[in-house]
This record gives sequence, C-alpha cells and structure tokens, in this order.
Amino acid sequence: MSQKHTISILCNDTPGVLTRISGLFSRRGFNIESLSVGNTETKGKSRFTIVVHGDDRVLEQVRKQLQKLIHVIKVWDITPEHAIEREHALIKVDPERGKKGELLQIITAVEGRIISSSGTLWTLEVTGDPGQVDNALNLFKDYNIVETIRTGRIALER
Amino acid sequence: MKCKKVTGARAVVKALEGHGVELIFGYPGGANLPFYDELARSSIRHILARHEQGAAHMADAYARATGKVGVCTATSGPGATNLVTGIATAYMDSSALVAITGQVSRHLIGNDAFQEVDTTGITIPITKHNYLIQDGDELSRTVAEAFYLAGSARPGPVLIDIPKDILLNPCTPGDAGPPQMEGYRPTLKGHPGQIKRAAAAIKAAERPVIIVGGGIRTAASYQALVALAEGQEIPVVSTLMGKGSFPNSHRLYLGLYGYHGRIAANTAITEADVIIGVATRFGDRSTGSALHFAPQAKIVHIDIDPAEVGKNIPALIPIVGDADHILGELVAQLKGASHPDWLARLHRKAEKHPLADLSGDVTIPKVLRALKALCPDPILVTDVGRHQIFAAHYFPVDSCRSFLTSGGLGTMGFGLPAAIGAKLGCPDRPVVAVCGDGGFLMTCQELVTAAVENVPVVALVMHDNCLGMIRQLQHAFYDKRFTSCDLGDAVDFARLAESMGVVGITVAREADIVPALTRALEAGRPCVLDCRIDAPANVYPMVTGATLMDYIE
Repeated sequence: MSQKHTISILCNDTPGVLTRISGLFSRRGFNIESLSVGNTETKGKSRFTIVVHGDDRVLEQVRKQLQKLIHVIKVWDITPEHAIEREHALIKVDPERGKKGELLQIITAVEGRIISSSGTLWTLEVTGDPGQVDNALNLFKDYNIVETIRTGRIALER
Repeated sequence: MKCKKVTGARAVVKALEGHGVELIFGYPGGANLPFYDELARSSIRHILARHEQGAAHMADAYARATGKVGVCTATSGPGATNLVTGIATAYMDSSALVAITGQVSRHLIGNDAFQEVDTTGITIPITKHNYLIQDGDELSRTVAEAFYLAGSARPGPVLIDIPKDILLNPCTPGDAGPPQMEGYRPTLKGHPGQIKRAAAAIKAAERPVIIVGGGIRTAASYQALVALAEGQEIPVVSTLMGKGSFPNSHRLYLGLYGYHGRIAANTAITEADVIIGVATRFGDRSTGSALHFAPQAKIVHIDIDPAEVGKNIPALIPIVGDADHILGELVAQLKGASHPDWLARLHRKAEKHPLADLSGDVTIPKVLRALKALCPDPILVTDVGRHQIFAAHYFPVDSCRSFLTSGGLGTMGFGLPAAIGAKLGCPDRPVVAVCGDGGFLMTCQELVTAAVENVPVVALVMHDNCLGMIRQLQHAFYDKRFTSCDLGDAVDFARLAESMGVVGITVAREADIVPALTRALEAGRPCVLDCRIDAPANVYPMVTGATLMDYIE
C-alpha cells in the first residue's frame, strides 16, 4: 500500500553528498515529498530527513540503495509512532482590522508566535508535527495569507 | 614519521605502483599531462588507446579476465566524457575499474574553463563511488580507497578526478594504511539461519533449478557451484553474464534462459518448484515480465548486494553474502540427491529443441563451431547484437572468467577493445573477439593499439552488412519495416585491418573458415577475419509474449 514514509539518513558532511542522495531518488524514480538536512552533534556528520511516498517495496529499495552510497553511514525508516516529528512554518498574513483579535486567539491556540509585523503585515511562526502545522495553516486561511513557507519534516526516534 | 614532499602526480603514480598496477590504459591531454610525465618514469606500462572509450573497455576487460582492478585514465572535459560509456559499461556489469581523470586547476573549476566538465557530477550515477580531489595530501588515501571499493564485495567502477594544480604541486602522500570507511561494510558471510532454510528448501525440492549470473568470478565459487549442482543433480541455466559461471559442456547445463533463452532452460524456470538464483540480479532481459516469472517456484536468492535481493523478483529465502562462502556452506550441509525424472524431462526438451543449423555458406554458427574445435578454451569476447546471442548459444565456454560481454549496458563497440584488455591481462590464453560489422566499426581504431602494442587478439567480424539485432526487432515487432539497419557493403574489413598494421583475412566461403582461423590463431599478431555472412539470419529462440514460454524459434 502506498503511503508516506519518513527516512532518516546519517551521512558524511562532504561536498556533493546532497547531489548523491537526491540524484539517487530521481534516478530510481522515487519521489521526494520533503527533504531537510542539517548538522548533527558529531562534527563532519549530517542528518537528512526525507519524506517519500511509496509502498513497502519501494521503501525497502530506497533504504537499500541509500545504504549503498559510500558516504551514507546509516538509514532508518522512522515510523511516526516511535518518533518525534516536527515541521516549522512561517506565515505572512494581512488580517483585516476587525479580525485581529480572533487571529490572536488562534495564534495562541496553535502555540504560534508573531515574530514580526510591518505595516499591516504580520509574520507568524508555527512549529509542530506535520498535522499541527497543517491545522494552523488551515486556521489562518481566513486572515488573508500572503505567503507561506514550511521546512521539510525533521524526525528523531524516541 | 612525516613523508617527504612530492608532486601530486608522483604521489598518484607511487600509490598505483603500491597497489601492484602493471598496466594503465589511457589517453593524454592537457589536464593529466603531469600524471603522464610521472607515469613515463614508473614501472607501469601505459597502453595508448586510440579513443578514451577504448581505454575504459580495455581496463574493464582486463579486470574481468584477471580478477585484478583495471585502471584507465583520461584528461578533463572530452577525455572524461569519452570515458563515460566505458565506465557505465563497467558499472552495469559490476567490473572492478578505477578511472583517473585530469581536471582543470582548482581556481578555474566552475568557470567553464577550457576542457572543463563536471566529471564527478556526470559519473555519480555510473560509478560505485567517485572523488574530486581537493587536497593533494588526500591522494594516497583516496587511491587506496578507490582500489578497495572497486574490487571488493560487488565490484564496480570508481573514478578519481584530480585538478591539474594538485598534480603539479607538492603534497605529503603519507602512509595510507588499510581503508576505513564507516559507510562501507559489506556483508561477506551468509546468515547461517538463512543458509539452513535454503538447504532445507533445496532438500525438499522436486524440480530445482539453479540460475547463475555474472557474479561467479573466483575459482572457489566456480567449483562450489559445480559441486552443488552435481551433488544435488540440479540443472543449471545462466544469464548472458553468467555464461562463464558454469561449465557449458556439463550435462546439467541447459544454456541461456530468458528473452533469448533456450526452450529447455525457459521450461525449467517455468516449471521449477525451487529456484536458486546465484549472483544474479534477475534482470528484465532474463525474467521477462516479473509478474509471470517462475509461477511455481520458491526463490532462494544469493547475492552480495543486499539491494539486489528482492529488487526485481521477490525472494522467499534471501541470503546476502559472498557466493564462495554461501555455496560452500550449502555443499557442506546437503547430502547427495538426484532428480532423474525432472532432468530427463528437461533433456528431452533440449533434444526436441536443438539449436538451428542455419543455411548458408558462411554462417555465424559455422564459424563459432569451427573456432571451438580449433581452440576449445579461449577467452571469448563479444560485441553487442545478434552475433552476441549466437555466441552465447553456439560457443560453449568451459572455464571461469572466459566469456566477456557487455550484458548490462549492451555497449556496441565493446568487443575489440575488451579483447585487447583481456589479452594484455592474460597473455598466455588465446583471446577471440566476436563482433558484428556495426559494433566493430564503432571502436575499430583500436586495431592500431593492438598493432602498435602487438597484442595478438583475433577479431571475427560477422560481416552481414546490416545491424542484425535491429533488423530482427523490426522483423518481429515492426511488421518488417526495415529502416536504418542496412550498413551496405562499403567496408573491406581485411583491408581496413591491413591499413592499421593488423593481419586481415577474408572468409568468403565455407572452405575458408578453418584455414583462416588456423592462420589467425597461430599468427602471433593481431588478426581480423572478415567473415562474409552470405545469408543474414535471425537468432532464435526469442520470447515475444508475456511469459518465457511465448516464443518463436
């Protein structure tokens, strides 16, 4: 059955490693839904969190092919039940004058923050698991969203 | 102790010497000239190919024939891109190749400098690993890693791209020591529990078949496979890559299976209750539609690359590891068994569907059979096309590492340069290339290499004035609308050969075959036989439907 999977990759932080990993996905026809990468606690090591769509067989191939890359040290298939997953979103809104009070209540309810305001524009931030971020974006819809951006998912096993 | 400073070029050459490299195949250019300057002062023999692609095929085939790592080199830009086909060929057939390319100096990288190309970017998908050197002090360690990666576990090409300023400037080579790579720890020993399960499945099998692929490359695994097949009386079928993995004259060998497989072999697959796939990746050319493949069989899949297990065909019992070890264990765990009814059925099938005797004066089967009679144990190299399948069917190969073909990528032009590389690696064995006139023309300039370096290979050009496999496909699937497959008869291959310093012999009639082959095999010089195939014939069987049993023959 085709579903979303979160893959965590620990790899050497060397030039070209992103190309190797993303190239492998495109070459083998695996579709990346989101990708995030950053440093880890160990110098010279990076961690990728990649969300892919596919059935178990696709996922197994993704994992095995990634493991074949020499710079890849370890690959995990992270199941949401056993992991903490987070996404971060920035949302620029242009709320109508009369609706600012409501919006403030929603921001508090989704544990978001206003990180900047300029003119009539507010820039909000929301952090949470992907479902929470989806919720927040949905709730902000009524307040004239101008622009949004969200990071890819990051995940760690519990 | 700190090592003395040397130039980067010297460090590379020293490292290559340290890895026992005796031969390098290559072509010089601006960016790798410092390397060539140093190479001239080393014990390593350089073979100047006439095109970088030829150099890559030579090094690839050298590796295939000898079991050592083959090394080729080219300059930046076009030199590197010309290597690409050869590297991809080695990648698809898991051949241990190290390619060293020159690159423009570091300060020019990214500037679209003269002869600059992103060599590592281009070759990521066709190498096991590659390196762009950023610091001369990394050279020795990188060469050590490259050789280790290329030759170990599932072999494959590794490319090292070295900027010219690094080749020219001093560096501290240091003592590389054994490579330690956190991300590369191949599984060599098969899991004991899985081996036990496989042994039990083989023991319980009534209609077992072994499929052997191209990964049997050591004497130990070759012998262990024969011991397993003989001890359990299991018929063996092979992929094109696996043709040299089992003695073809053996009574248990049923021949090639798959798209161009023998009927007995494809029957065995279709009716088998247990299939033992050894060092094969169940490629599409072999299995046909994965959905209809081996409908009754439990599959035991032995391979050193975990990613191959279950990739194309789901395996009930996967065993990841070295075939030497796993086959040895299976032989040790299994008592003798026999399957007389099964084998008799398959042998009857084979008798009912013999290889066709083609009509015509000079035919590919006739030439191949005459060669087998005169020279029973050569290294047989093929090019790609119809003659390749003829060679697989009509020329039994009875020793390991003795059938070299571009099975994965299907690279026309592989034959001649590969034969040269194989002969340089195995000078005491006869090396014969079987080529079509199409593929031969793609790399025929390497005849000059053979002549100048005096590499006595025999090239049989099956000269039928057409792109045979293309013609066959158009015949079968395009309603005989033949287009762009007619090569015409403009080329006189014997004169072409003579013009490049190679003996050229024309085989125009059946009576010429044996004398020409005899002369060529005894010439002690490179030879081309222009075999004028008077009646081009399709190669059958050929699967045309959804299952391996939907064939024409």
